[in-house]
Amino acid sequence: MDDAALFSVRLSLQVAAVATFFVAIVGVGAAYLLARRHFRGRELLNVLLTLPLVLPPTVTGYYLVVLFGRNGAIGRLIYEWTGWTLMFTWYAAVLASFVVALPLMIQTARSAIESVDRNVVNASYMLGHSEFVTAVRVVLPMARRGIATGIVLSFARAMGEFGATIMLAGNLPGKTDTMPLAIYSLAGSGDWSKANSMVLVLTIVSGVFLYLSNRNRKGTA
Amino acid sequence: MSKNERARMKLIARLILLAVILGASPVFAGPAEMTVSAAISLKNVFEEIGRLYEARHEETRVVFNFGASGDLVRQIEGGAPVDIFASAAEKDLDEAAKKGFIIAGSRTDFASNDLVLIVPKASKAAIKDFEGLSQPAVKRIAVGDPGTVPAGRYAEEILRHYRLTAATKDKLIFAQNVRQALDYVARGEVDAGIVYKTDALLRSKEVKIEAVAPESSHTPAVIPIAVVKGTNSEAAAEAFISLVVSPEGKKILQKYGFKAAAP
Repeated sequence: MDDAALFSVRLSLQVAAVATFFVAIVGVGAAYLLARRHFRGRELLNVLLTLPLVLPPTVTGYYLVVLFGRNGAIGRLIYEWTGWTLMFTWYAAVLASFVVALPLMIQTARSAIESVDRNVVNASYMLGHSEFVTAVRVVLPMARRGIATGIVLSFARAMGEFGATIMLAGNLPGKTDTMPLAIYSLAGSGDWSKANSMVLVLTIVSGVFLYLSNRNRKGTA
Repeated sequence: MSKNERARMKLIARLILLAVILGASPVFAGPAEMTVSAAISLKNVFEEIGRLYEARHEETRVVFNFGASGDLVRQIEGGAPVDIFASAAEKDLDEAAKKGFIIAGSRTDFASNDLVLIVPKASKAAIKDFEGLSQPAVKRIAVGDPGTVPAGRYAEEILRHYRLTAATKDKLIFAQNVRQALDYVARGEVDAGIVYKTDALLRSKEVKIEAVAPESSHTPAVIPIAVVKGTNSEAAAEAFISLVVSPEGKKILQKYGFKAAAP
């Protein structure tokens, strides 16, 4: 593989790792709220956070451009305050992967948290533990298998992200071309042999992650 | 948590941390950057012109953003930091200009493309020219969707020119973009297709060019380029466009099968 391909491999891992880090934090928090708290607009929040799972990624990417572009609602404020724009940077690739992978994390973690035995949770409350302590020391440890599966799935999804990424981060060789984008470019210019080696890398790495998530799910708690 | 499991979790956490550290590359200031959003079909040509440009203008680094022309317009509308826009057909650049994202007067139609009739390399059907499409043995012809794909609209015009509209009406397979039409032919899913010559050349191992549509048979498939409003490097952008239309730029365009625009 040449330098350009190695860059894409490294960038993909970097983007997926950073995105997964935030997906894990935000996703577990959101999953806990959705599973254990009843509040107004709970299902609306669930729908909003899950939409990127079912929307075509290009549409998700279009929403992100409308929000975070220099002419967008949020992007304009950022640009006015800092003179910086998110679009066409690798941070944009992180945001796109984050938004697309988050629903996988939430869905997996939510069902794991919901299946935690209520009696155990109530016992913890009766022993005088606060909700926070109970969540951190009882609920989340008991749901760890689902959470770990969610993290692994999110990483794999983030690494394969294409549609939303190419909209928000652009396809800038040596700057934002993750493996899926580089493959698209190589195929677009007829460099099949170079594309094939990257297709292989992407398939193997994703396969390993799916294997990890499956093994994790199968084991006993 | 069993020991085994804890070790595995730790391993995953460490791998992720390692990837983050490896990836945290320092940002260093170099020459000023100029971003060129261009249709993916222009990739080979523009990369070569870009290298030539950088060799002559050391103070500027050319950064390309290759994608589908429609997506490139959405990005420019959203406020992406783009200095130059080159679309695969007039339609998308016209749209960006109409919405006020293009510097008036900066637009140049720098090249045009031929439309060609292609068949799968292994094809046994005797389609030697456009008229050959009317024979009953030809069941499926792939073209871009004329509603959204410019190449599809040109294909429609060519069929009309040869008075084949009625004879081919039930044979046309509309593809989402011209590359998909090309792919159908390359995989032998259809008997023939009408696509850009430059795209057909990329898959010359799989498809055969049987005929080139004469210029009189369709609207010229011109390829426009222009400077995007809000650029910080208007002079550099204009210099890039000058290089594209220069004799050297033309030579590169022709090398990849494009027809350079007449001066």
